[in-house]
Amino acid sequence: MKRTTAILLTAFICIMGAGSCTNVKEYQKSRINDAEMELSARKIQKTEQSFQTYREGASGANGGKTGGGCGCN
Amino acid sequence: MKKICLTVVGLYIGLLSAFSQSADSANYKSRKLKFEEANLVSSYYRQTGNNSAVEGGVGSEKLSDIANVIDVKFTKYDKRDRKHSFTGEVGIDHYTSASSDRIDTKANSSASSADTRIYPSLSWTMENEQKGTTIGLHASSSFEFDYTSIGFGASFSKKSADKNREVSIKAQAFLDQVSLILPIELRNGSGGRDNDDYKSASRNSYSGSVSLSQVINERLQLAVIADIVKQDGFLALPFHRVYFNDNTVHSEILPSSRLKIPLGLRANYFIGDKVILRSFYRYYQDDWGLTAHTIDLETSVKINPFLSVTPFYRYYNQSAVDYFAPINVHKQGDAYYTSNYDLSAFDSQFFGAGFRSAPPKGVFGMQHIGAIELRYGHYTRSTGLNSDIISLHLKFK
Repeated sequence: MKRTTAILLTAFICIMGAGSCTNVKEYQKSRINDAEMELSARKIQKTEQSFQTYREGASGANGGKTGGGCGCN
Repeated sequence: MKKICLTVVGLYIGLLSAFSQSADSANYKSRKLKFEEANLVSSYYRQTGNNSAVEGGVGSEKLSDIANVIDVKFTKYDKRDRKHSFTGEVGIDHYTSASSDRIDTKANSSASSADTRIYPSLSWTMENEQKGTTIGLHASSSFEFDYTSIGFGASFSKKSADKNREVSIKAQAFLDQVSLILPIELRNGSGGRDNDDYKSASRNSYSGSVSLSQVINERLQLAVIADIVKQDGFLALPFHRVYFNDNTVHSEILPSSRLKIPLGLRANYFIGDKVILRSFYRYYQDDWGLTAHTIDLETSVKINPFLSVTPFYRYYNQSAVDYFAPINVHKQGDAYYTSNYDLSAFDSQFFGAGFRSAPPKGVFGMQHIGAIELRYGHYTRSTGLNSDIISLHLKFK
């Protein structure tokens, strides 16, 4: 659990530190707004995530199943 | 006379100007329910292996699955200019399994050799574009022969004023029922034939999720995702056999609670004008002793503005849960035991490629098909399990 806390804090500090980076205006976001830049799994990966949930012990943190809803791990 | 003419002409010109004035339609948003989009994802999955949990960690893991998921989204604006989105989704999976067929070892082919799972869901979100907030509600269900699930959840997200940062929180619960279908030789102590009157046990899962996304610069954006999941109830699968070191056969038994903590990091970077690097890392830990690392890298190469090719590679590594052992290792007196190789120590690789096309006039000139995506992947696990999956996504507008 200590290791988990350290990882979580590190990630939080990184993302907070990143807040001091460039203030990107809306007209500068042509690349950021590209469909391929979306910060989530593709829709086509839905069934891939499903078989990975069944075949692997870990799940979650990727927008897919975290537990329950199926006869999986 | 001149005054009358001038007055009439003036009135006429005034009338013309009144009718030629155009209403300010720049900010007009229709309040009618509007079809936004529909998506169809279909896939074919096929796997082979020799560590079937139904046969105690040995035997064929041959399985094939055809999955279809369709979702339809409608939107409308209310009087306060808030955008409401309504999404209905239904999925149907049909699978055939050599290992499930061995739940009853006396039958040449039993009813458990194939099954169909149906999983409908509904969701609603309300976005206030002025405040940068979105709230949502979600309800889901899943039905298959030995498992039913009812789920519901809520979410809230807020963007910063400059829309470079977004914080989201989500809570979900699944209230499930597992049918207690034991291996044939463990039913009623008599090794009798199938009895359709199965008892059931509950399995409940509660999860919370926090995510924070940040635009770093014009080419890079990151997201950190943290989940926490608590499960309780019957967390094993009753038709999984476990053979002890004295050759006696038992049904898998696992603890009645489980706490999972996955942490994820996404980073997407636009290289030059044609290449996008999408990356994902996840660290996972639970109180059954399993820790896991996942690294997923995908490169999207834009052949032209409407066509891209996407090769990908995923590496996964996990340690075994504390209760796993292969066949004939567990012994009398063990409180919990499983020989399910999905919970053993292994690493795996998943790699392949896809292509995506979204031409402005529609796919193959068909205006209502906005995009098509085709993707193939090969999965290989250090336990000897291998699988292939091919998927198709069609977007309708």
